[in-house]
Amino acid sequence: MGMDFSSLRTLISRYCVGEENWVDSRTIYIGHKEPPPGTEAFLQQRFPDNRIVSSKYTFWNFVPKNMFEQFRRVANFYFLIIFLVQLIIDTPTSPITSGLPLFFVITVTAIKQGYEDWLRHKADNSVNQCPVHVVQHGKVVRKQSRKLRVGDVVFMKENETFPCDLILLSTSRDDGTCFVTTASLDGESSHKTYYAVQDTKAYNTEEEVDSIQATIECEQPQPDLYKFVGRINVYMDNEPMARPLGAENLLLRGATLKNTEHIYAVAIYTGMETKMALNYQSKTQKRSAVEKSMNAYLMVYLCILISKAVINTLLKYVWQADPNRDEPWYNNRTETERSRHIVIRAFTDFLAFMVLFNYIIPVSMYVTVEMQKFLGSYFIMWDDDMFDEELGERAVVNTSDLNEELGQVEYVFTDKTGTLTENNMEFIECCVDGHVYVADAICNGQVMPGATSMDMIDSSPGPGAREHEELFFRALCLCHTVQVKEEETVDGIKHGIHQGKATSFYISSSPDEVALVEGMKRLGFTYLRLKDSHMEILNREDEIERFELLEVLTFDSVRRRMSVIVRSSTGELFLFCKGADSSIFPRVISGKVAQVRARVEHNAVEGLRTLCVAYRPLSPEQYQEVCHVLNGAKLALHDRDKRLAEAYDSIEKDLILLGATAVEDRLQEKAADTIESLHKAGMKVWVLTGDKMETAAATCYASKLFHRNTQILELTTKRTEEQSLHDVLFELSRTVLRQHGGMARDTFSGLSGDCTDFGLIIDGATLSAVMRPAQEDSNSGNYKEIFLEICRNCSAVLCCRMAPLQKAQIVKLIKASEEHPITLAIGDGANDVSMILEAHVGIGIMGKEGRQAVRNSDYAIPKFKHLKKMLLVHGHYYYIRISELVQYFFYKNVCFIFPQFLYQFFCGFSQQPLFDTAYLTLYNISFTSLPILLYSLIEQHINMDILKKDPSLYRDIAKNSLLRWPIFIYWTFLGLYDAIVMFFGAYFLFDNTTFTSNGQLMTTNTQMMFGNWTFGTLVFTVLVFTVTFKLALDTHYWTWINHFVIWGSLVFFVVFSLLWGGIIWPFLNYQRMYYVFMQMLSSGPAWLSIILLITASLLPDVVKKVICRALWPTTTERIQHMRGIKESERTLTYHSSDSLIDGIAVTEA
Amino acid sequence: MVKAEKEIANRPDNTAFTQQRLPAWQPMLSAGIVIPGFVLIGLAFIGIGVALFVTSRSIEVLEIDYTGEDKNSPCFKCSDQDVKNCVCNLEFSLDSLFEGPVFFYYGLSNYFQNYRKYAASRDDDQLSGDLDAFTSPSDSCSPFDLNGNDKPIVPCGAIANSMFNDTFVLYRVVNGVKKLVPLDGKGIAWWTDYNVKYRNPTVTPLKNAFNGTVKPISWPKPAYQLDTSDPANNGFINQDFLVWMRRAALPDFRKLYRRITEGEYEKGLPAGNYSLKIAYNYPVLSFHGTKKVVFSNVSWMGGKNEFLGIAYLVVGSLCVLMSIVMLIVYAKFKFPEDD
Repeated sequence: MGMDFSSLRTLISRYCVGEENWVDSRTIYIGHKEPPPGTEAFLQQRFPDNRIVSSKYTFWNFVPKNMFEQFRRVANFYFLIIFLVQLIIDTPTSPITSGLPLFFVITVTAIKQGYEDWLRHKADNSVNQCPVHVVQHGKVVRKQSRKLRVGDVVFMKENETFPCDLILLSTSRDDGTCFVTTASLDGESSHKTYYAVQDTKAYNTEEEVDSIQATIECEQPQPDLYKFVGRINVYMDNEPMARPLGAENLLLRGATLKNTEHIYAVAIYTGMETKMALNYQSKTQKRSAVEKSMNAYLMVYLCILISKAVINTLLKYVWQADPNRDEPWYNNRTETERSRHIVIRAFTDFLAFMVLFNYIIPVSMYVTVEMQKFLGSYFIMWDDDMFDEELGERAVVNTSDLNEELGQVEYVFTDKTGTLTENNMEFIECCVDGHVYVADAICNGQVMPGATSMDMIDSSPGPGAREHEELFFRALCLCHTVQVKEEETVDGIKHGIHQGKATSFYISSSPDEVALVEGMKRLGFTYLRLKDSHMEILNREDEIERFELLEVLTFDSVRRRMSVIVRSSTGELFLFCKGADSSIFPRVISGKVAQVRARVEHNAVEGLRTLCVAYRPLSPEQYQEVCHVLNGAKLALHDRDKRLAEAYDSIEKDLILLGATAVEDRLQEKAADTIESLHKAGMKVWVLTGDKMETAAATCYASKLFHRNTQILELTTKRTEEQSLHDVLFELSRTVLRQHGGMARDTFSGLSGDCTDFGLIIDGATLSAVMRPAQEDSNSGNYKEIFLEICRNCSAVLCCRMAPLQKAQIVKLIKASEEHPITLAIGDGANDVSMILEAHVGIGIMGKEGRQAVRNSDYAIPKFKHLKKMLLVHGHYYYIRISELVQYFFYKNVCFIFPQFLYQFFCGFSQQPLFDTAYLTLYNISFTSLPILLYSLIEQHINMDILKKDPSLYRDIAKNSLLRWPIFIYWTFLGLYDAIVMFFGAYFLFDNTTFTSNGQLMTTNTQMMFGNWTFGTLVFTVLVFTVTFKLALDTHYWTWINHFVIWGSLVFFVVFSLLWGGIIWPFLNYQRMYYVFMQMLSSGPAWLSIILLITASLLPDVVKKVICRALWPTTTERIQHMRGIKESERTLTYHSSDSLIDGIAVTEA
Repeated sequence: MVKAEKEIANRPDNTAFTQQRLPAWQPMLSAGIVIPGFVLIGLAFIGIGVALFVTSRSIEVLEIDYTGEDKNSPCFKCSDQDVKNCVCNLEFSLDSLFEGPVFFYYGLSNYFQNYRKYAASRDDDQLSGDLDAFTSPSDSCSPFDLNGNDKPIVPCGAIANSMFNDTFVLYRVVNGVKKLVPLDGKGIAWWTDYNVKYRNPTVTPLKNAFNGTVKPISWPKPAYQLDTSDPANNGFINQDFLVWMRRAALPDFRKLYRRITEGEYEKGLPAGNYSLKIAYNYPVLSFHGTKKVVFSNVSWMGGKNEFLGIAYLVVGSLCVLMSIVMLIVYAKFKFPEDD
């Protein structure tokens, strides 16, 4: 339990001021060698061993721990209390009635969890025992993985997976790099380069490595896979040499070594402290709206239950005020009962009533809902329509808790790049100082720039321009993080380029970069490789130019640019910078800004992704200063990111603009169709992108988010510069509200597509102004409200220039607005993770930017187009299914328990149960469980094709419409009505009449009396049949399984009852049900009354259905009706294909 | 190659079930089906209702209260609890033949055989002749499990203890002479109760099985003397005992006492005067209960029960009425077909 120790230690030391450094960082002795004397003495810390424990339980603590966890759920705890009450006090029903179902539920869950844990144990063992090579005393020794300690030097070979988090010391490659895939961590299959520590990369044998004397200081483990700060002190002749360590030195557990013969590395985080293990922690659980309604209903039922028990207890004592009723001579109490205090008696009675009526909240509902969600989610995974052949991927369900939420989505927040678009970049053109170069599509590496260039400006390129052109192409060839892969067997992102003899690929985490480097290749400048910190370029004259790569100022989404510092072969120093126009232009001091800006804007309107390129010549002195600043920031242990950002900011300035590039990102297949369907389904689609406004707007038009007649409202920096934000907001809201009155009606009739609707464009800067918390100015507090008001009336909103966190903010803002709409976020990249986690439903696209979005999502689909089926078909079905499941469960338990309540009025409030123990126990478990479970798995009220063709059907179920209070109350009253019919039907048959058996079966013509159990059995038989038939009436999709299960469970009830009453059961101490069921069935009036009562119970529901269908049909019912007519016509006239039905759907749409 | 394999491996099964395309019957509760259905059901129910109602009407029932609360009642003298071994005579006359077979019931009201404690107060092991249970009755029988001297009570429990013990003898008065009407007490309990569920211990004579036990407190004689004339009707398989042990569902109930099927009464009770001699033992006034005797005959559908017939008529007419309402609604608001 190393984890516990370290966390305890952290906790303790947090209170000891002054030792902060010690707490937040750890010191590791490489190879467990003490630092040379004289250096600062470190407190040796204790680290856990490398045992990975993903299992939750051990053999010994499984039962208590699992029980504890299960009973932490409110429902389970409630049933446990009921069970205990039954055990302790004298209650009407035996503890078995609640104990058995509870035991069943607990056992099934425990077995499932135990099995899963057993699998985890097995996996843990195989991981923990797999052999690892460790350098000890200059020799390589085999060790079990779990015995690995922090500070061990590990020897790894190609294709081995790292057993813990390691700092790379040296590699078999000369340049001290190694390649790694992190496919199992984040799904990115591209090879990433990691760097060995400069001072140790020369140590290349066991002996040499063993001689290293160094300590590593680094932060304590944290889960962010991409962040790491540390420092290595290498002792050369007892003189420490400090070097910064970053994420590029850290090999993560779970990643695999590739293309490198072997490496030496030192373990720094082991066991449960590795970054992978820290990422095991599950995400916060999302709860669906249906679950919330269900809990609200539960509270109602709990109140009903308690009030029932209270009413009965009160009435009992009122009724018992007469001593002859309290204790008639034939029913004497025992002495102990008499001596009990009245308060205790009353409380016991109250508990007894609670127990008697507790079935109104059935334990099985939770099980059924869980099973429905778990099993139902398989239909998503099985769906062949959501299988993508190109990627070989199918839909993935990461959580099945939200299935029905897919049918409730009101706002869709989508990423643009990689989600709406292919993220398959193609270089289109570049522009140098206003001269445009178009890459020839039919290139053979010999593009004549002059032939394909078209001048925007009249002046022909002068000598200065020529120089700029050369610099521009080199800048693009150098300013990137693309790797060259010289093999064919790479799976993942690949672009084959024939480069003379060998086939090589460019690989990068950013497809834009690959497109640019490829584009450069077509324009004559080929990036060959990075070798010994030198980048090699093949220029137009087929000469190899070498540039020494000095620094890489990596890209991040806040800065939105990246830079490299290189030294040319002639010794000149350059800083090349490329990035979004907004982040370049403010830093430019010279260059043809106006021309380039015009071209950039022109391209953006065309829907192209643009990047600007600039450079800055550096003098050696400047370079020294830059190095100084950078190293200072890199060595920092604290706030390294912040200091780095500041350093970058100070370096990337005084730029000279070279030009701009344009890359096209094609729309995904059927993206427009999907967006249109979502619109018709009443969802509001918001595009959140980091791209620039014009590009994003062009994509929005192409994907039909904006139509030609959409009135675009702009809320951008450009406008707020002219007017104050206040005025712009108020003007926009006036515009919108003027139209709103007219629009409202159309929205309800589902025809809003025809009238003018609004589209809003907002950018990141303006958004943060709107979101800024209220200051002293009282008006500004209302900005959020006004903004929301505008957004509510816009069918489409485009948010551009968004930072990842802003995406989540937007989602949060909408989530928190007063209607609390259900939101869905869909994206493919790491920058979408925050919004995916924030939205009610998060969907990941299995795109090209790694698997982070998929890992953090609730559902993952291969392509954006699959969202349509996901929401319109699966979401719709799941919602219909689960809402019926929930309502029906409450209904059938009202029917079940209310007769017992009524019976109390006729048995002197003595808690006499109406039904036999077996019936009480099995009603929810077996007699009525399977039909509703099956219904909730396969019901289809409307054909799948129609749902897809007519998205407006989605509006029928919007806003949780099937679980609203009126509908819940209707179901409850239906249950009450049925219970009253059943109980009083039986009552009038028994009351003071000779409702008796003719007994022909047994003896001739006797008149035998029926007792109290026959009464209960009669009610129960009617009950089981009624609730099952009610479900049969609601079923619209009768497959053979439905027939089997519905009729099967009725047959099972009858067979069970015959068996239960047919035998003297030796293990029971009472035989009250003996022959009761058979005797009842041998009586003619019993049959007649069963038929009568079932009919009378079902009658009002059928009438209500037919009348509602005729008077207030929903769209769904209209379509069902149409289909009905067409089908009857078809059977009358001719057999035709399904196209006929489809035809109707189209006209309806 | 690798990719193709991966694709195949990952591709979902394309079966009707996994793709949710199982062939299915998709019925709809449309007015076109429901309205004729309702009419048919309604008519059928009305038919059954009429038959039941007419049958029920033809059944004769004669109920006579003999609680004796009223001063004019012949059993008034017996209603005082202090009077022991009280006998009262109930005179009644029939104007016409009371068609047979005639069933003779006793009825109690305001009597809760369905009290939970009362209902549980029995020992099924004892009643199935288990001698171990004779010596140590189940706790559920308490406080009727042991008497004051800690001797086990057999049969134990409140139900057995409170067994109805009024007895009736019916006379036909012909010209002032009382002629005994034979009453048949065989087969009035459930066949299974008599033959399977309740068993006397296999000890002969039966009396020996009860050694060391005492009779229930309220019983005048022990269980093995319930019917000394007929060993097949004695002990736990005494028909009256069995009838009593099958607890009534509701507080007002009647239980079968005898059938009148023999001899000249096979066709029923002829018109004339009758005298019922009642040995009045059972106290009911303390809890405001009443006692009555009931003579009734039966039909194919059992005893007199007008409720079932009326209910069928009501539901049947509701069906028809609803179908008319639905027809009006449907005719007025039916879907515009070419929308």
